[in-house]
Amino acid sequence: MIKAILIFNNHGKPRLSKFYEHYNEDTEQQIIRETFHLVSKRDENVCNFLEGGLLIGGSDYKLIYRHYATLYFVFCVDSSESELGILDLIQVFVETLDKCFENVCELDLIFHVDKVHHILAEMVMGGMVLETNMNEIITQVDAQNKMEKSETFIFQSTRQDR
Amino acid sequence: MALKIVKGSIDRMFDKNLQDLVRGIRNHKEDEAKYISTCIDEIKQELKQDNIAVKANAVCKLTYLQMLGYDVSWAAFNIVEVMSSSKFTYKRIGYLAASQCFHESTDVIMLTTNQIRKDLSSPNQYDTGVALTGLSCFVTPDLARDLANDIMTLMSHTKPYIRKKAVLIMYKVFLKYPESLRPAFPRLKEKLEDPDPGVQSAAVNVICELARRNPKNYLSLAPLFFKLMTSSTNNWVLIKIIKLFGALTPLEPRLGKKLIEPLTNLIHSTSAMSLLYECVNTVIAVLISLSSGMPNHSASIQLCVQKLRILIEDSDQNLKYLGLLAMSKILKTHPKSVQSHKDLILQCLDDKDESIRLRALDLLYGMVSKKNLMEIVKKLMLHVDKAEGTTYRDELLTKIIDICSQSNYQYITNFEWYISILVELTRLEGTRHGHLIASQMLDVAIRVKAIRVFAVAQMATLLDNAHLLTGNTQRNGICEVLYAAAWICGEFSEHLENPTQTLEAMLRPKVATLPGHIQAVYVQNAAKLFATVLKGEEGNTDSTAAQEASQLMIDRLPLFVQSANLEVQERASCILQLVKYIQKLQQKDVEVAEEVNALFAGELNPVAPKAQKKVPVPEGLDLDAWINEPPSESESEDEQPKAIFAKEEPKHSRPRHTEVDEKELARRREARKQEQANNPFYIKASPSSQKVYQEAPGVEHIPVVQIDLNVPLKVPGLPMSDQYVKMEEERRQKERAEKKKKEKKKRKEKRSGRGKKHDSAPESEEDITPAHMVDIVTEEMPENALPSDDDERDPTDPHKALDIDLDKPLADSEKLPVRSHRAAEAQKSPTDGETENATLPEPKKKSSKEKREKKKDKERDRKKSKDEKKKKKHKHEDKEEDLLGGQADEPVLQSEETSQVAEPPASSSTTAEVSDLDFWLSNAPVPSNTQEAATVVAAAAAPAASVTAPNSEPDEPKDTEMEEMKSSKHKKKKQKKEKEEKEKKKKKKHHHHHHHGDGAGDESVQNGTVEEEEPLPPMSNYCLLAENSYIKMMMEDADEVYDIQGNLQDGSQVVVSVIFENKCSSFLKSMEFNVLDSLNSKLQRPEGSGPHDGLVVPFQLPPGVSNEARFVFTVQSIVMPQKLKGTLTFIVKNEDDSTHEKLDFKLHFTCTSYLITTPCYSDAFAKLLESGDLKSSSVRLEGVNMPFHHLLARICFHHHFSVVERIDSCASMYSRSIQGHHVCLLVKTSAQTVSIDAKCDEPTLLGNVLDEIKQTFSQC
Repeated sequence: MIKAILIFNNHGKPRLSKFYEHYNEDTEQQIIRETFHLVSKRDENVCNFLEGGLLIGGSDYKLIYRHYATLYFVFCVDSSESELGILDLIQVFVETLDKCFENVCELDLIFHVDKVHHILAEMVMGGMVLETNMNEIITQVDAQNKMEKSETFIFQSTRQDR
Repeated sequence: MALKIVKGSIDRMFDKNLQDLVRGIRNHKEDEAKYISTCIDEIKQELKQDNIAVKANAVCKLTYLQMLGYDVSWAAFNIVEVMSSSKFTYKRIGYLAASQCFHESTDVIMLTTNQIRKDLSSPNQYDTGVALTGLSCFVTPDLARDLANDIMTLMSHTKPYIRKKAVLIMYKVFLKYPESLRPAFPRLKEKLEDPDPGVQSAAVNVICELARRNPKNYLSLAPLFFKLMTSSTNNWVLIKIIKLFGALTPLEPRLGKKLIEPLTNLIHSTSAMSLLYECVNTVIAVLISLSSGMPNHSASIQLCVQKLRILIEDSDQNLKYLGLLAMSKILKTHPKSVQSHKDLILQCLDDKDESIRLRALDLLYGMVSKKNLMEIVKKLMLHVDKAEGTTYRDELLTKIIDICSQSNYQYITNFEWYISILVELTRLEGTRHGHLIASQMLDVAIRVKAIRVFAVAQMATLLDNAHLLTGNTQRNGICEVLYAAAWICGEFSEHLENPTQTLEAMLRPKVATLPGHIQAVYVQNAAKLFATVLKGEEGNTDSTAAQEASQLMIDRLPLFVQSANLEVQERASCILQLVKYIQKLQQKDVEVAEEVNALFAGELNPVAPKAQKKVPVPEGLDLDAWINEPPSESESEDEQPKAIFAKEEPKHSRPRHTEVDEKELARRREARKQEQANNPFYIKASPSSQKVYQEAPGVEHIPVVQIDLNVPLKVPGLPMSDQYVKMEEERRQKERAEKKKKEKKKRKEKRSGRGKKHDSAPESEEDITPAHMVDIVTEEMPENALPSDDDERDPTDPHKALDIDLDKPLADSEKLPVRSHRAAEAQKSPTDGETENATLPEPKKKSSKEKREKKKDKERDRKKSKDEKKKKKHKHEDKEEDLLGGQADEPVLQSEETSQVAEPPASSSTTAEVSDLDFWLSNAPVPSNTQEAATVVAAAAAPAASVTAPNSEPDEPKDTEMEEMKSSKHKKKKQKKEKEEKEKKKKKKHHHHHHHGDGAGDESVQNGTVEEEEPLPPMSNYCLLAENSYIKMMMEDADEVYDIQGNLQDGSQVVVSVIFENKCSSFLKSMEFNVLDSLNSKLQRPEGSGPHDGLVVPFQLPPGVSNEARFVFTVQSIVMPQKLKGTLTFIVKNEDDSTHEKLDFKLHFTCTSYLITTPCYSDAFAKLLESGDLKSSSVRLEGVNMPFHHLLARICFHHHFSVVERIDSCASMYSRSIQGHHVCLLVKTSAQTVSIDAKCDEPTLLGNVLDEIKQTFSQC
């Protein structure tokens, strides 16, 4: 099970937070801060696994993260997930973002956090891995975006008819 | 027009969208909070508007603010509003917001149930998808209960996109509503073989997650997973399955044996590191579970270790980390194979990555031997000095102690060295583990008698230099060590070289700054030392030394008498008085040493930590019984407070009060368990010194003068442990040399014989003799100590509720009350159902209905699992291979039980299942006297079979046996009739005692789900296929139908489940199932076999056992019913001979069996009817005398329809064929006439279906 997925930048600013277990807002922020603290002080060329922080998880949980340019992608997972598998999943996630946003950069995530959520929803659901095939993810995301577009078109035209 | 555009853009101007908000926040970096609060005000305004677009925009912004840590729960209702928008765009925003901020205590969640249900059944798959995704984040027990059935239906949705989401979310549903696990499990299991890899992977995911927590309940799935493992190419699925096997193997070592080979193959073949790693992990788990001694396993271990070494040596830190992690698992059982890689692991200790260092430390624990312990610890001590963070340093400290103390100090050859290591460790500043070091010191000093002289000397030095340790008492846990030092010096003071000096050190004024419990030990042990001093001076004519000692005590002790700590105060004042008395005697020249020493006489033995708990209660002693008559309640209320205050202080160390304690305790335990916790009496009643010692010292109350010591701490006079390492080395060399000499001699002697000693080259463990003859005293345990309970699971773990045995056969005690009650009823009325047609429904309360259904579900599952278990058992008997490999390469779907997918929702299907169970119960003990071979056609209900029916219903067998004989003679129609009769009877048996009434009016129909309030007649779709004296075959008609994505050219597949029951007392084996293919229908045979070859039934049947096999048929045209002739051949094996037997049968595929229950919603149904593509036809049934809902249920059940809508005595029904033909029915009833108008795009199919329906009801 995945307990949480966090994306934050090199300064610890959250860019996406998805908790699959309920915490109140303050705890969530604390977790983000703690995770940032743990992850950011690590060198570039050390391993990507980190035995869990105090706030989230406990002994059974691990933080698995990857650092891309200005962003940290952190997954908090328990022992039922394969460590290397999750690393691959992060890679798939980032590549999918890259395809969907066409050369993704931090700004895309800043301004379109909702879209990132929608993409993530096609990969991970309720803390379990739903789909790992990038093409399938992109197909579903595109189909939904198309639907949204057709709706906004209808919506705008009705608005103009008013 | 222009005006409108302007108006539109004005609208837009007011709506600040998410991007604007983000931009705004970025532009207001200095007053972000203020800016956001104005934004929130704006959002509140926007939420008040009616325009859903504006609301959705506002909610979208709130979702962003939530991420920044703002509480947005106040907008929960607006979120629900946006969720219920009909537009996907807004719906998605709403669900996203809900998934981010709803949780179990969000009260508006209650309002969402119907909305979610509607979205789940939306014709747009993305509406459904979004609802499922959202729900997965905020599902509550209520939602789970209310929606479980809807989600279960979605698991068989036509779109794989929905199926995979529905499957995945079931895990969440199980967690919140554990009762749903049993009913949903069969379908979940079925999804393991879904054609879509995504769905399959989701199902694997869910089952793995379930099995991880409660592995034993999922052992029976092992064959299926094994098949998946050998066939799947999806690495994700493989990893999950392999991980699951890792959890299962400890429970079933035979599974492990089976796994080793394919896993080894995978290890060799895969290029994916993740997969390789998991394989290695599981092989390790297997090896751990297997008892060692199998020669071929050492190869597997070698392979694993080898692969792990490659990982550890890899430059990728991740692989290095994982390699070490896995290595530590091997270490537990096969330490030898890891030890050869010591170099590599020690190297990792120097890694710059802390995660890796910690992993390497874990490994060290198992790698030490007598030979290398000192060397390893020396290396660790170096790291301790170098370590930067206190956490890592503390980790090192605990590891050192763990490594040294493991398995009763097994690897320590020189305890002097160990003591000096411990003393060196006390120099660590700011460690939290002072108490750990202290307890080690105590343990070693107490248990290793030979070391006491040395330990005492070391401790005396420590006490002398105590000021170095106590520098910063407040944040320094290290002063705990003084507790041990003082105690050791006191208790073993006879070994002290200069007790007077130590006594002086222990009574320094600075001691008063130590934590209370340490001071108390100081005072007590000062008294012991004093006694030793007196004894030492006894013989001397000059008594000044002794008198000086007394004077010292009298001078210093008053400091402790003033202590705020009661324990210190009490001990100090006692001892002070004692010493004053002694001083008086000394002045009179009385010899007192003997008597003073008597105070502390006797050896203290180490007691095992759990010894107290393990004292067995003597026979005849009842701890809960009253010792005296219990005093009345009121009395106790009045007296208690007094008693507490009066007794509290003097009570501490006086055992004779214990009787009062016990009385009090017993009384109170009974009377007020609650109060106990708060009562000071109980907290203070048992001052165990151990406890006090373990508790964190109340240091904050003690005034301390802080001294900042920046000078490196070096305790003078302490031996460095390194010295010992050298000494030890020399000693060993000497020993070795001696040994060699000896051995040479020996060899010379032995030369003539076979050179047995080939291991002389490397120094083996046993060769190293300890430096001192060390007597390690074992900890004391009471006689007949009871084995203590193991750790308990966390009671709050939600998975505990999911520990449901899915295979469990019913224990007698477990049988549901319903069942025994039924059996009794059956005895009363064995035959009176024969002629009665009408079964009167009973009125039932709504609430009880749900429960009943649940029960039925459970029963069904239990029955199935029982079957399965049996099957498994019998397979075990045969051969192990059967358990796993037997069906792997068969085209026949494995013979596991499956649920009936194509059943209409809940009510009717569960009833049907339960009737299966009934029939099974009543039919099982059929005596094998029906001689003639029978050929019976299918499509009618008959008993489901199974074997080990308990002989619960004594007069049933006759009954059913008769029926079976009849049925075997009759042709198709009559059999059908019989079935009906049987059902009636059954129903009668169940319900005839109930009060009956017609509840047709108040049934509600919603979204195609009939919510029946009355029990439905039990139905079964198993029918007798054929039987003879040896075997009975029963068939479930087209139990499950797979359609191949509507591709008409390919034809469709129909799965037929056949239950084989061995009725004779011989063993049946080599069963072959063969069918004469027709042009239209063909049995699917494995590749490479001819069109007339039979299929081997993948099991054998011991006497009295039944099992189920499933056969797949390919059907071209489905518009006409089909008949296929077939033969079953088998060998009957007796003790002395075996005969070849055969049994002919006819399989009958009705058109009905090609229909799949497909839910349809009224709007879609109306559209379908309006489309005009459908041909119509109608049929009239006369003299149907049954309640309307029974009639509907019967159509649903036997003909695989689902109710679309129902109004009074009129209902529309829908079904779909496996090739996509729509079949619509309009059923009306008046008096005893039922008219069915039907529409279908295939008139022939329709005609046949109607004929079949007519037949079903023709006898009613």
